[in-house]
Amino acid sequence: MNGFLAILQRDLRLALRQGADSVMVVAFFIVTTTLFPFGVGPEVNILARIASGVIWVSALLAAMLSLERVFQTDYEDGTLELLTTSPVSLELLILGKVLAHWLTTGLPLIIAAPLMAVMLNMDQDGFATLMIAMLLGTPALSLIGAIGAALILGARRGGVLVSLLVLPLYIPVLIFGAGAVEAALLGISAIAQLQIMGAILLLTLAAAPFATSHAVRQAME
Amino acid sequence: MHRFAKPSVFLKFTAPILPWLSVLTVILIAAGLYFSLIGSPVDYQQGHTVRIMYIHVPAAWMGLFCYVGMAICGAMSLIWKHPLADICARATAPVGATFTALCLITGSLWGEPMWGTWWVWDARLTSMLILLFLYLGYMALVNAFDDPERGSKAGSALALVGAVNVPIVKFSVDWWNTLHQPASIVRMDGPAVDPSMQLPLALMILGFTCYYFVVLILRVRLELNERRIRALHLSGMFEDSETPASAKEQAYEAGHNVEAKQ
Amino acid sequence: MADFSGSDLTCLRGERLVFGGLSFSAKSGDAVMLRGRNGAGKSSLLRLMAGLLTPRSGMLCWNGENISDDRTAHHARTHYLGHQDAIKPVLTVRDNLRLWGQLRGVRDLDATIDRALHALQIHHLARVTGRYLSSGQKRRTALARILIGQSDLWLLDEPTVGLDRESCAELAQLIKDFRARGGIVIYSTHIDLDVEKPTVLDLDEFAIPMVEWLAEQDDIEDLVHGGKDAISSQEAAQ
Repeated sequence: MNGFLAILQRDLRLALRQGADSVMVVAFFIVTTTLFPFGVGPEVNILARIASGVIWVSALLAAMLSLERVFQTDYEDGTLELLTTSPVSLELLILGKVLAHWLTTGLPLIIAAPLMAVMLNMDQDGFATLMIAMLLGTPALSLIGAIGAALILGARRGGVLVSLLVLPLYIPVLIFGAGAVEAALLGISAIAQLQIMGAILLLTLAAAPFATSHAVRQAME
Repeated sequence: MHRFAKPSVFLKFTAPILPWLSVLTVILIAAGLYFSLIGSPVDYQQGHTVRIMYIHVPAAWMGLFCYVGMAICGAMSLIWKHPLADICARATAPVGATFTALCLITGSLWGEPMWGTWWVWDARLTSMLILLFLYLGYMALVNAFDDPERGSKAGSALALVGAVNVPIVKFSVDWWNTLHQPASIVRMDGPAVDPSMQLPLALMILGFTCYYFVVLILRVRLELNERRIRALHLSGMFEDSETPASAKEQAYEAGHNVEAKQ
Repeated sequence: MADFSGSDLTCLRGERLVFGGLSFSAKSGDAVMLRGRNGAGKSSLLRLMAGLLTPRSGMLCWNGENISDDRTAHHARTHYLGHQDAIKPVLTVRDNLRLWGQLRGVRDLDATIDRALHALQIHHLARVTGRYLSSGQKRRTALARILIGQSDLWLLDEPTVGLDRESCAELAQLIKDFRARGGIVIYSTHIDLDVEKPTVLDLDEFAIPMVEWLAEQDDIEDLVHGGKDAISSQEAAQ
């Protein structure tokens, strides 16, 4: 536990000191979402219809852009090497780093989401479900993204490659996340979708640290 | 399986198999095409266009089969450290990707006469599209490293992660599809499989499978030989050291994997 | 009395054979200096010993037990110093070191960090952020890390890079004290380090010709002979 908290504290401190990362993620999210009205026209009904999908896709892309941050710097300056040879289990350290990533990426997105929902004229019925769905979905995005971020360490053009690797794996979260909000907007219960998202989160929580630590060890060879 | 771990054993074993397998492939596909195009009945609704099914369905099956094969090779490489597993996985990926692309193209060609559009987001086509992305991601990853072994290992891990995801993605897409298209539940399997249609379907599937094994063997043999050549180059077999080096340098070179000339 | 040994280690990097059949043995209080040309595999061997790399064949044993059986215990008893310093530019020297102490469960962390900084004469830099340090100071901060937390094995890959003569002398003293406590030090260096009676491990001795190794792995005798024939027939034609 001590190691987990130590790495969490350090990564949060680094994110804070290096400043603008969280702000950039939210800024990207906002800019991307506002592109859609320019693309499909400002008609209120159409925007309201596509709002939940647009918000989820923009959140996905924003989460994905910040993935390089998770391991790349540590890999380049030798910190990752030392983390691998420390007596604390690598899986636990990875969980700590992923939690730090989510707190600086996913959480700001969840807070910014209602603002975007308002701008896209989403019906108020959907707001609560949107936040809950994103609360269940964004940690899964960070966990899956960590696997991708670890796999591309040492690769050429890693930043672009990670998108190709990770986006197909994000699709289930997208389908059920957007589906949950749509159900809420139709007035029907979204509980099934939220349960599935919870299941996905638990599965990734159990499996992703091991897949990621395996990929990190490969990168060390 | 470890008996075939030594490259020379694999090469010796597969050399006689290859011609027979190739002949078998040609026979199966020729027979399959005959029965598909001529020897099978016409669908009362779709007419002759149903014949695309005889390529579309086997291609879909092969796309999935190859991905599962890749994942199994990945597991064999990472868990049991079988030396040929990596090569098999890398060799399978392009074949699987091509079959998946073939499935998508034939699906599009089949759909146009039926629904008037070149693409429709039905469950199977969408799942196959995502599978194609998984293939492309794998191929991009294994080729993104300067060290090919590192690329293979990363790819094996990705294949395993992808394999776990395939059922989840299939389930999600099915759910998504039924949610958004309740009216027209189209199945790209075509009509219920009549016995007269089973034969060409089976022939094509078997033919495609044999084709896959032929290509797999060819590619693995190619890679093994390429590795041997690279290894021999690295060992300095083909070095042309004309300048007579001092005794110390020669000793150094003999030690550092460059064969000293006598 | 601890014992660290390796037997019949073979290391493959990419498709290149770095060394093969390497064996060594070190006991408490020993210092092993790795020597060899560039590319001989000094860094690779140290990484093998640290558990970052797995050998193609052979094994490493601590007190008779294979280190890969209990990696956590091996990591706990080892301090590894690689080429890189792992200094974060936005953290102070003290904060840079804090994480490593926490991961090792060191109590009285601040006092321990103080002692380590004093030992490397950089205590005055404790509050300086990483980006303002010179490369020698960064190296000394990295060295301070190995003094935090108890360990039995030091694996140092070129610890002297960027250090001036006084710092090298300090390092030599630290190594001496560590050996006196029963620790084992394995290191590689291009600069002369004043270490008492080190055992020298020359990696050039373990560079087996790749052709030999290939012949073991694969029945390419015919290919090898074919290659030799090709070369000699080329020469005859000239």
